[in-house]
Amino acid sequence: MLDLVAGLLIALGTVFFVAGTVGLLRFPDIYCRLHALTKADGLGLALIALGASLMARTPGEVFRIVLIWFFVALASAVGGHLIAAYARRMDRTREGSLRHD
Amino acid sequence: MTDPLILFDLLLAGSIVALAVAVLSVRDLFTAIVVFIVFGLLSALAWARLAAPDVALAEAAIGTGVTGALLLKTLHHLRHFSDGQTQDAARDLTAVQPVPMGVTVANAAFCGLVALGLAVAFLGAPQAGPGFDALVSDAMPHSGVAHPVTAVLLNFRAYDTLMEVVVLLAAVIAVWQIERGLTEAPAPALGMVWAGFARLTLPAIVVIGTYLLWKGAEAPGGAFQGGAVLAAVGLLLLLSRLYVPQPSHRGLARWAFVLGTGVFAGVALLVTGGGRVAFQYPPEHAKTLILLIEGLVTISIAVTLAALFHGREPVALNAPESRHDT
Amino acid sequence: MTPDTIYGMTGIAVFAIGLAGALCAQDRLRRMLALKLCSVGAGFLLVVAAWRRPPDVPDPVPHALVITGIVVMVSATAVALALIRRLQTLEAEDAD
Repeated sequence: MLDLVAGLLIALGTVFFVAGTVGLLRFPDIYCRLHALTKADGLGLALIALGASLMARTPGEVFRIVLIWFFVALASAVGGHLIAAYARRMDRTREGSLRHD
Repeated sequence: MTDPLILFDLLLAGSIVALAVAVLSVRDLFTAIVVFIVFGLLSALAWARLAAPDVALAEAAIGTGVTGALLLKTLHHLRHFSDGQTQDAARDLTAVQPVPMGVTVANAAFCGLVALGLAVAFLGAPQAGPGFDALVSDAMPHSGVAHPVTAVLLNFRAYDTLMEVVVLLAAVIAVWQIERGLTEAPAPALGMVWAGFARLTLPAIVVIGTYLLWKGAEAPGGAFQGGAVLAAVGLLLLLSRLYVPQPSHRGLARWAFVLGTGVFAGVALLVTGGGRVAFQYPPEHAKTLILLIEGLVTISIAVTLAALFHGREPVALNAPESRHDT
Repeated sequence: MTPDTIYGMTGIAVFAIGLAGALCAQDRLRRMLALKLCSVGAGFLLVVAAWRRPPDVPDPVPHALVITGIVVMVSATAVALALIRRLQTLEAEDAD
């Protein structure tokens, strides 16, 4: 029973990952793509981590899965922020150079 | 097909080969490096599937993580110094002449032949022939550790590992010599969020690196994986400029570089005598000696990898460099 | 079909792709990436050679060799990249 629930959660998480990837491929500009990736993958990761922790045998394993979830979510948020900030800076310099020309 | 995981294997193998082609065929170098990082992580996944978690950890941490950081830093340097020129002009700088089509075709044919020969040899080779399995499992009780890969790395084939640490030492010496007097590309400003992230993750990375090292005695992990994770601390410190290398720290850095090699070689020589040869640890002290070597080698690996990332030897800015011989 | 055949052929393919890239690539950084591909392909073959049909555990000696190879490769990569940076700076100075 618990395995079934875990399997369902992991499958649902995979669906979100697929949705995020479709967004990455189909959305027009970098901000939309980042939005799709960070939102959908964050939810997908949380679901998969939840499913995996239901299958874990010891509390130590659950603790490690929670740690992995926390750090991957943190890293993806910071990575998304850095990419967006860089893209914005590039856009500004491009606009600036166009205006000066 | 009995195993449903075979489907997963086929998909993974297909994506690895496709990514390898993409690394060489995409136009933009930055994209190529990012694709290479994805390729490395998927290879690590394949190796985990082949029951080689130690190798997968090492590939993910060193072969992909540290190497990716080195590649991106180099690209940043190249882009900074070819600024002002167009992409084509920058390419003209390195590429002298376009390669004739015939040469490319001949090369591809040659590589196809090599691959074909290798494939024939691989498929014709006896499957799962006798390896070192029996030898290693017989000797495990005397090794002092419970994890076979750690036993091989630090006991049975410790000479290999000593030479590997020496190679790392040689690399950092070479990099310091090559980069002497080289002007650095200014580091990019990463902002407040990044600084907060670095502060938050630094203690966690230290704990994870030490955990990997400690765990290596009985489970996948060990000096190299732990050292690479600890090197990430150095990378974070350097990138967030919480630590700026000073010329006065060179002495300390040099000691840290040779610490691992020195202790490793020292232990190897100290256990000799009384009929024992180098690296033949007395069984009752084997675990202590291996942990001592691993701990200090980890510090050396971490400092060396971080120094390889930083590149240039920290020298005083006002020190005249007689590099310009033009 | 078993995982060792699949990943063995993957390793050979990756090695051949890397070899072709190392021979044909014009850009130095790209050639370095091609050589990295070669090293990963060789690693695949060693890991496959160590694999045993479960429940048997794999042979640890090739695993240790691949870990050694990965560390040697990162050292070589670091030196090669330092040479690339140096060469590029010298060429840029010459061009000025």
